[in-house]
Amino acid sequence: MAVCVAVIAKENYPLYIRSTPMENELKFHYMVHTSLDVVDEKISAMGKALVDQRELYLGLLYPTEDYKVYGYVTNSKVKFVMVVDSSNTALRDNEIRSMFRKLHNSYTDVMCNPFYNPGDRIQSRAFDNMVTSMMIQVC
Amino acid sequence: MADTVLFEFLHTEMVAELWAPDPDPGPGGQKTSLTVLESMGFRVGQTLGERLPQETLGFREELDVLRFLCKDLWVAVFHKQMDSLRTNHQGTYVLQDNSFRLLIPMASGLQYVEEAPKFLAFTCGLLCGTLHTLGFQSLVTAFVTALPACECWRWCLHAH
Repeated sequence: MAVCVAVIAKENYPLYIRSTPMENELKFHYMVHTSLDVVDEKISAMGKALVDQRELYLGLLYPTEDYKVYGYVTNSKVKFVMVVDSSNTALRDNEIRSMFRKLHNSYTDVMCNPFYNPGDRIQSRAFDNMVTSMMIQVC
Repeated sequence: MADTVLFEFLHTEMVAELWAPDPDPGPGGQKTSLTVLESMGFRVGQTLGERLPQETLGFREELDVLRFLCKDLWVAVFHKQMDSLRTNHQGTYVLQDNSFRLLIPMASGLQYVEEAPKFLAFTCGLLCGTLHTLGFQSLVTAFVTALPACECWRWCLHAH
């Protein structure tokens, strides 16, 4: 149900980015890049709020005419950005949260892989399969 | 419960293996072994720093992270909490463990104090790695005054 999934490292470079319509990939890359500013804004806003602890799920970052962009940040400042189709109105907040939780679990598994160097691009097939399963459900 | 001692046995073997008499002893031999142990601990710390806080909410400040270290991390690795945490509020923290699990089987008192540092290298790396994942550049050193108590000092260089 996601159209594009991206994992951004804490230094703001992409560790993993994949989108379904293979043409026009650049548009999604650009969308993810611009969403990073919104993510930073949300993180600093939460830091100043009087809430005791901050949530990891950031919610809707910004909507465009065709797509909606959601964000999630981990404790290690790794950001997950997901772009979904606006026409897919059946998608609810809970579903997006569970998709992010799955992403977080898979990302932690990738980190625990001794053959993976933190900071490299993610090339794990298991991670790829999990992202494919999230994208394929739209058809 | 056998699983609590599995890590201790593995750790003892790691130290013994890296300290085995080198057939070609170079001048930097001992230091490289300490660095190897620390870097092993660093990588493990990085993964623990990802996995352990997964269910908790975001950390707001440095003290939260240190509290996480003393409680969650120490319990996960050594099955007990850190005994005391002191700070000068300017980036230096002293964590004290009065019965450090890896040193308990060795001695209780002043015997073997010179041998103790190599058993702390992995743990220093562990703390450093976890802090690095959580966003803090730091320097961790450990002291042993009398087994099995040990202290870890951590200087925070900067948060990134």
